[in-house]
Amino acid sequence: MEPITTFSGTCVVLPIENIDTDQIIPARFLKATDKQGMGDHLFADWRYDEGGQPKPDFVLNQPEAQRAQILIGGHNFGCGSSREHAPWALQGFGFRAVISTYFADIFRNNALKVGLLPLMVAPEAHGQIIALCTADPGAQLTVDLDAQQVLLPDGTAVSFPIDPFAKYCLLNGVDQLGFLLSQDDAIAQYEDQHTARVTTVLH
Amino acid sequence: MTTRPRTLFEKIWESHIVRPQTADTPAVLYIDLHLVHEVTSPQAFTQLRERGLSVRRPNQTIATMDHSTPTTPRGLDGLIPILDPQAGAQLAQLERNCLDFGIPLFKLGSDKQGIVHVIGPEQGLTQPGMTIVCGDSHTSTHGAFGALAFGIGTSEVAHVMATQCLLQNKPRTMEVRVDGQLQPGVTAKDIILAIIAKIGIGGGTGYVFEYTGSAIRALSMEERMTICNMSIEGGARAGMVAPDETTFSYIAGRPHAPQGADWERAVEQWRTLPTDEGATYDAAISLDAGTLRPMITYGTNPGMGMAIDQPVPDPEALGDPSQRAALDKALNYMGLQPGQQLLGKPVDVVFLGSCTNSRITDLRMAAHVLRGRKVAPNVRMLVVPGSQQVKQQAEAEGLRDIFVEAGAEWREAGCSMCIAMNEDKLEPGQYAVSTSNRNFEGRQGKGGRTFLASPLTAAATAIKGKITDARELV
Repeated sequence: MEPITTFSGTCVVLPIENIDTDQIIPARFLKATDKQGMGDHLFADWRYDEGGQPKPDFVLNQPEAQRAQILIGGHNFGCGSSREHAPWALQGFGFRAVISTYFADIFRNNALKVGLLPLMVAPEAHGQIIALCTADPGAQLTVDLDAQQVLLPDGTAVSFPIDPFAKYCLLNGVDQLGFLLSQDDAIAQYEDQHTARVTTVLH
Repeated sequence: MTTRPRTLFEKIWESHIVRPQTADTPAVLYIDLHLVHEVTSPQAFTQLRERGLSVRRPNQTIATMDHSTPTTPRGLDGLIPILDPQAGAQLAQLERNCLDFGIPLFKLGSDKQGIVHVIGPEQGLTQPGMTIVCGDSHTSTHGAFGALAFGIGTSEVAHVMATQCLLQNKPRTMEVRVDGQLQPGVTAKDIILAIIAKIGIGGGTGYVFEYTGSAIRALSMEERMTICNMSIEGGARAGMVAPDETTFSYIAGRPHAPQGADWERAVEQWRTLPTDEGATYDAAISLDAGTLRPMITYGTNPGMGMAIDQPVPDPEALGDPSQRAALDKALNYMGLQPGQQLLGKPVDVVFLGSCTNSRITDLRMAAHVLRGRKVAPNVRMLVVPGSQQVKQQAEAEGLRDIFVEAGAEWREAGCSMCIAMNEDKLEPGQYAVSTSNRNFEGRQGKGGRTFLASPLTAAATAIKGKITDARELV
């Protein structure tokens, strides 16, 4: 995985509460067996009409959205299913971060695993960022992962929390599976001490 | 030796720690049982192949086919025809993957196939005290047995396959206490819809629920599964019920349950799991089951629920502009007006099925209402048993005949119209009363509009052709 340190980009503002993973990518697109092309299906039912043509008034179909790197959603972003296809689709479209006041647990976990930053900011700052990016769609935000800050064009720094281990992995391009594999001795020892556990499941 | 009083969750968490959580790293948590299905696993298997990894514990892993499988009746050859080539390719790939990595598979057409959260308990694989994961958010279902069970994404599916472990930060706990006695015609589904309506769809974020109280104790295992299943709809990754005699008698004698002396030892150990006197939770809520009426959702998330005889709420009455906008958007999608009564509203489809309500007791409940009656001519009713075992049992008990004689479709086992990945879906604009778990926009088919409710409400609505309080009929 590529290390993530800082990046700057414009935003797409979609301040709807409880955006669920069925909206992010409808289930009928989950029959794929790879991760290719997921970005085309991002928000498919809000983005395309009955004939499959882009709806001109939907925010993702605006010309400036094509270059955006940050999505600003409403409270409780990513609720619903466990599909990792949701962060894949957001990344596939070109997003590197999502800003919300809070994220559903599974979505947040999945996003951190694949290098999509779920940035949880305080409600006041969230409102401020929405107002700013709505008024000026060209406004550039800078995400500084190490400092755990989103920098607004006027110099305001908005802080966000992040799990320290996920942060370490993202900053250094370390994948979490590699870390788990390095725990092999501890896992083997655990299994030796809990033989009933590892043998009673399927017999 | 005295130890600090602990919750059910803490006991399971602590007994599965391979490496403790530190300031810098999450805990390495051991996973006892990994359930796999066709939709969230292919990219995980690809990752294993790319890195030259094997599945560490294939005998603690089990796969089934459920999400994208057709539920159309079998052909003359006894096989279930797969008409969607993309679904067919995904199912074929799961079969190949299970073969290559040595994972047991209940494939389409076999007599053990079914929805992943139905077959685990049915086969006795789901047991108290276990950690159970699956690439599916409704894995919380298995918590009904006093297991710690939660949904994971595809990256984590690969983690568990390769190491039998997950990196996890310890979640907080919330006691969800339900006391009192349910009135006739009010079910476990109504309890969980009421809980979610109370806390909201994000209210449990960061928590594991433990359901306690006399009303929960009084429930059967299948009713407890209905409740734990929808924990995720309140934002909680996991929901649990402490194991008791109801739990043990449900598991006893199932194919993968411990036998003989192993059974005695297991039960003895399971009896140590319930939360100790004096243990504390990080948060608590309570509900009186005795005051509940049948519940129904009116909006586009499971938190938008109310008693079936209440009027649709008015966005103008909400103070928070964001909530007002969300309710406005939901009512607009649903084609409903503030203040409207849902009772009497005509529907097009009734769906009885899903990992929430497709077990034998769910089918019995609906059949009890439908016996000797007919599905209204304006309604298409689909009955989709949760597994082949449920289907066979329902046929043996005569339930199939009740459904078919009433005019309902009796279909093969799978997720079906809960997720609309196969041919079972709503047409744009159609209304459905569904026993499933999600009423998100387009969840049951693009443009389809879902009212979540219990199997009793579903059956009563099918008969009348309009949303009906089942208490009128039972």
